[in-house]
Amino acid sequence: MTGSKRKSVLAACCAVLAGTLAACGSGGGASSSGRTDTLSVGLIAEPASLDFTTTDGAAIPQAVLGSVYEGLVRLDQQGRIQPLLAERYERSDDGRVYTFHLRNGVKFSNGADFTADDAVFSIDRVKKDWKLKIARQMDVVDKAEKTDDHTLKVTLSRPSNGWLFSMTERVGAMFSRTGVSDLANHPVGTGPFTLAERRRGEHIVLDRNPGYWGTGPQLSKVTLKYFKDAGAMNNAMLTNAVDVLGTVQAPETLSRFSDTSRFRTIEGSSTGKVVLAMNNTREPFTDKRVRQAVRYAIDHKALVATTRSGHGKLIGTMASPTDPWYEDLAGRYPYDPAKAKQLLREAGAAGKTLRLRPPNLPYAVSAAQVVKSQLDQVGLKVEIEPLEFPARWLSEVFTKGDYDLSVIAHVEPRDLWTFADSGYYFHYGNPEYGTLLKEGDSGKPEDEAARYREAARLLSDDAAADWLYLMPNLMVADKGLAGLPVNQVGEGFELAGVRWTGK
Amino acid sequence: MRFFLRKIAGLLVSAVVASFVVFAFLAVLPGDPAEVALGTNATPDAVAALRHEFGTDRPLVVQYLDWGRGLLHGDFGTSYVTHDLIGPRITDRLGVTCWLAAGGMLVAVLLALPAGVLAAAWHRRAAGTVLSALSQAGIAVPAFLAGILLVYVFAVRAGALPAGGYTPLADDPGEWARHLVLPCLSLGLVQGAVLTRYVRSAVLTVLHQDFLRTARAKGRRRRAALWRHGLPNAAVPVLTVLGLQLSTLLVGAVVVERVFVVPGLGDLLLQGVADRDLLLVQGVVLVLVVAVLVVNVLTDLLYHLADPRLRSR
Repeated sequence: MTGSKRKSVLAACCAVLAGTLAACGSGGGASSSGRTDTLSVGLIAEPASLDFTTTDGAAIPQAVLGSVYEGLVRLDQQGRIQPLLAERYERSDDGRVYTFHLRNGVKFSNGADFTADDAVFSIDRVKKDWKLKIARQMDVVDKAEKTDDHTLKVTLSRPSNGWLFSMTERVGAMFSRTGVSDLANHPVGTGPFTLAERRRGEHIVLDRNPGYWGTGPQLSKVTLKYFKDAGAMNNAMLTNAVDVLGTVQAPETLSRFSDTSRFRTIEGSSTGKVVLAMNNTREPFTDKRVRQAVRYAIDHKALVATTRSGHGKLIGTMASPTDPWYEDLAGRYPYDPAKAKQLLREAGAAGKTLRLRPPNLPYAVSAAQVVKSQLDQVGLKVEIEPLEFPARWLSEVFTKGDYDLSVIAHVEPRDLWTFADSGYYFHYGNPEYGTLLKEGDSGKPEDEAARYREAARLLSDDAAADWLYLMPNLMVADKGLAGLPVNQVGEGFELAGVRWTGK
Repeated sequence: MRFFLRKIAGLLVSAVVASFVVFAFLAVLPGDPAEVALGTNATPDAVAALRHEFGTDRPLVVQYLDWGRGLLHGDFGTSYVTHDLIGPRITDRLGVTCWLAAGGMLVAVLLALPAGVLAAAWHRRAAGTVLSALSQAGIAVPAFLAGILLVYVFAVRAGALPAGGYTPLADDPGEWARHLVLPCLSLGLVQGAVLTRYVRSAVLTVLHQDFLRTARAKGRRRRAALWRHGLPNAAVPVLTVLGLQLSTLLVGAVVVERVFVVPGLGDLLLQGVADRDLLLVQGVVLVLVVAVLVVNVLTDLLYHLADPRLRSR
């Protein structure tokens, strides 16, 4: 290398560095955005694909249900079923026939009109092409027929209240007959937004759907930004790179957003029930007294205070406050270590060693540690073995059922059925419980809540599991934002009503 | 030339061995791609059908040969999860990681050369000791911690730079540079500290060599002698370390990408592992392994260029 060459290399390096530094100065960085019609939301779990007909995971409907896709009916913030693409619907007296009157002038984002043919197509497709277990919610449908272009008649093989609810969720999403060729990357729906861009590992951009049938959203563009790390997401919020933290992962970090001139904290109800699962088919949990002892041994209030800085509601059964049958059962098993010890002695389970296998997610591991210390105090020996989530937890605990105890949030709304399915990893097999659910499902809509309430009580009394707490729907938002959904009631993240107020 | 060919042949053999090791490692990794895709909504039938669709129900040997055949044609296969081609995704992400590693290297070199030379030249003075101690402390700081601190100071407190994210060079060069500054600094500062130690000791070694005394005796000033005769000789061991460090940087980038939400190869790798997107993981790991091998070969070649004594051998 000659001297002059060496100099020119050095000069080039300096030029690059100088350019970088100059760029540092010019960008300006954080300014509480002059945004008026765009929004960016920070979220943690990125959907692996956008096709919720073949790929599971709450992140997919969170991104596209209600924004890109819509159903005939929807859930409101109180958890009541309301019309959406159907203007109205009727239920026959025997509860077997539903007639949906579809809205006129609804178009899919690919330009096709939404008609009863698409509705029939969507319902049939669930039965035919869906690979997920939730598709079974459509099994009760005998036939779906078009009466005319805007009337759909659905005949059920037996009355089912749960079916109408499921129509507000993933399986009820309406697809275009000409828009299902690449669902993983190009979703086509009737919703207020359309997919503009998706960059894996980074973000999903939704644009306002100019041809939307209803009152369009005020926002012209919504960016869902995905983070692997809660700390990085918090920093993005602090530097105005996002306007909303869609889910606060660690409530103890909320103090970073205490500046009320910039931020607002929203705490509503969610469907995330953090369950301490007990393997009902395994010793010693085949004995109801041992399961009860576990429930008495846990100081739920202390657990929520320690692991969630107090942000979590005690529920006591598999129900959320936005379920029509919800009642507060947190007092059914008050903290009573003496009683727990006594029950364990009676059952001959004192001193037993138990394997607690939570997923390696922060909330689950920290809850598991408190559970261990409290169960140790009543004379059980608990060994914690965190499993990589999702792969190993799914295979070991969920599929093989190789566990004594586990802790995980069940986020699916209205999932009392999980305890009725003896193949589900709880392995709870009380026939009386199954009967109650069946009666609730097939009875009159007004009986549904009563039966389900009874079932939820039975579940709690039987100590089929322990419910540690209900995750709050905890968000941090820029102070200038209004219209964010306070409660998370269904599977979608309702963004259409969000708007900037001149703060 | 013969040396060059021998190196290339070695590289090819290593790459083939690496592909086998990578495949074998992932084959024993617990967790099933079909099970992960279907999640809590899996039924045994659906899992079996999906395994068949992915081809993971075939014997491992067949899967390996199939994958290897594709690789020979430059085809990395199709992702289980997103159903798109893996090759273009890797090249896309590799570009980002290369910028990151190159930027980190630039920071490290710009920091270590002056600091190391000065620390050596002043090794009897207080300033040299301070420089030496600082570099020692720098080695102890992991890159991700440096990242977190840098974000706190420059992004959260000062608001001068973005806390994370990435803008492609083609979209906006200014934003691209702004987004790379902090990740490159956090990679480069730590590597720079390590490198400073090597530069210092290499320069210290040549300072006591006879040829430097001869140069001084011929009337060169101390600084000029060091510049003309000392540094080229010190460069040889430093180059070796640089090569090794470039490999470390590629790996370090994986962690730093997570802290700064940079969509590089590391981020792709971690996501792939979580999804058990096995073909994707295999592809990324293989690319990383080959990159490290190539860097090592290049280092060897540079080494030969820098040291005339080696060329004759």
